[in-house]
Amino acid sequence: MSTLTTNYLTPTGREEAWRFTPLKRLGGLHDGTFKLATRNSLALTGSAPAGVTFERIGRELVSAESSTDDVIVGRIHEAATEVTVLKIAANAELSDPISLHRLAGGLTDAELSRVQLRIGANAKATVIIENSGDHLLAEDIEIICEPGSNLTVVSLQEWDSKSIHAGRQHAIVDRDATFKSIIVTVGGDVVRLLPTVEFKGQGASVELLGVYFATAGQFFEHRMFVDHLVPNAKSRVNYKGALAGQDAHTVWIGDVFIRAAAEGTDTYELNRNLLLSDGARADSVPNLEIETGEIVGAGHASTTGRFDDEQLFYLMSRGIAVEDARRLVVRGFFNEIISEIGNSEIQDRLMTRIDQELEKAGAQ
Amino acid sequence: MSTLEIRGLKVSVDTENGPVEILKGVDLTIKSGETHAIMGPNGSGKSTLAYSIAGHPKYQITGGTVTLDGVDLLDMTVDERARAGLFLAMQYPVEVPGVSVSNFLRTAATALRGEAPKLRTWVGEVKSAMAALSMDPSFAERNVNEGFSGGEKKRHEIMQLELLKPKIAILDETDSGLDVDALRIVSEGVVRAKADNDLGVLLITHYTRILRYIKPDFVHVFADGRIVEEGGPELAEKLEANGYAEYVSK
Repeated sequence: MSTLTTNYLTPTGREEAWRFTPLKRLGGLHDGTFKLATRNSLALTGSAPAGVTFERIGRELVSAESSTDDVIVGRIHEAATEVTVLKIAANAELSDPISLHRLAGGLTDAELSRVQLRIGANAKATVIIENSGDHLLAEDIEIICEPGSNLTVVSLQEWDSKSIHAGRQHAIVDRDATFKSIIVTVGGDVVRLLPTVEFKGQGASVELLGVYFATAGQFFEHRMFVDHLVPNAKSRVNYKGALAGQDAHTVWIGDVFIRAAAEGTDTYELNRNLLLSDGARADSVPNLEIETGEIVGAGHASTTGRFDDEQLFYLMSRGIAVEDARRLVVRGFFNEIISEIGNSEIQDRLMTRIDQELEKAGAQ
Repeated sequence: MSTLEIRGLKVSVDTENGPVEILKGVDLTIKSGETHAIMGPNGSGKSTLAYSIAGHPKYQITGGTVTLDGVDLLDMTVDERARAGLFLAMQYPVEVPGVSVSNFLRTAATALRGEAPKLRTWVGEVKSAMAALSMDPSFAERNVNEGFSGGEKKRHEIMQLELLKPKIAILDETDSGLDVDALRIVSEGVVRAKADNDLGVLLITHYTRILRYIKPDFVHVFADGRIVEEGGPELAEKLEANGYAEYVSK
């Protein structure tokens, strides 16, 4: 038993935010019945380039930059005694990505990991976080984008089949900053991620991209919240998912809030799901709340469908066998987002993984 | 020398009101090197003939046979028919998002040739096929048919015809939506494919203008799901003058 004394209410599954999540499979992260691990598994791959620091700092020295109503994020902030802090200096322009990965973890005890990524004013960088192996992990990543910065964060969930991962990636985006998030979830038993955005200054631009592929029994939830608090900010959300196999279940929630002050907002969100077999379920809920009419644009679209017979017919009419045609279509479906990662080694690895998921599912 | 033989072909499609017969017994024989034009009014079943031979799942074969060099095509899957030597240039080529033309062509060539083409010669092959159809090299990096103009789609179809080297090609209204220049370029591609590979062509069209570039050996008039008149090139001239009125039941 954890000794946490949280004020957060333990979810029952009836709450809007938890109604899709299989609470029993969360390893106790939601109700505190986990055994707390002492490890801090997040590590820098290689050495830090000039202008970059990567440190573990006592919690008393790192104040939280954001609030939360998520019970798991709340537990992390109470329990984590140190914070992993990655800082990119102002005006630094990094040509190569900064790579982070997770060291060996485990499923018997839970790691509650608190992380801050901070990119200084007018700096430009890409951060890649590679998650693999078996982990029971609760994770809060605060991403602070200072004015004029340009940050891409690629988060890869290539977990082994038993991993449980609940986390938030909360971006605070200041004036004229550009933030791009690419979240890829292709492994794990239960993955529940909250990509959230808080606009702090005008002229900022955010892109939230994601792909997920769930096969038999896997549950992947991606629940975004984009908070347009200030005028003249732009947000784009594009998530694409595929599902195959009995009880594969994905959830995409796209909450976008345009507050009264957020005149000149430009937002569009899109979720597309490809159902590759019977017995799988994709929930997709776009939700736009608008408090001002003085905006550039606001829209959303959500589609869930099966293989397009016309696409398969076209490819097969050129001699391509049905399995190869399916593989081409699925690769093509994900390529729009995978190609945004900008690292051919990772892109090839993910495409191979997607091929394997498709084969594993024995797509019907 | 190849022969596509269609005998007594009957085809239905499912509708809300049950199956409706579209093809009511079609007989046609196409040999290597021959060009057959099928002409007819809209709704006469011309495209149904094309898609049925290629194996589109929407169409139910209710009678008759289609063989290529004596081998039953109707028993084969769509990809097997293509590998047997059949090609369909579609009137409305389908967009395949995220799949580049170059990847698509190489995958198709690998399937049809039984092995991946040697990269060095393949790149040259694709380049010259594109140049022959006045296509910009950047075309290869675009996604299959995505955002293509009508003319680009048709050039892409004919480029595949030249690269994939089938025995028999069915061209379904390849002329539709093309301006004069594009029509000439696309037609020249078909004529090249005929000359290079002794291709047999089944050319489906509504209008006679493409026949100025691709000379038919035989013209078949199609109406109400069957061939109602057959002749040589002179029949096309008659249709040009008189239209289809005499073949359409009032």
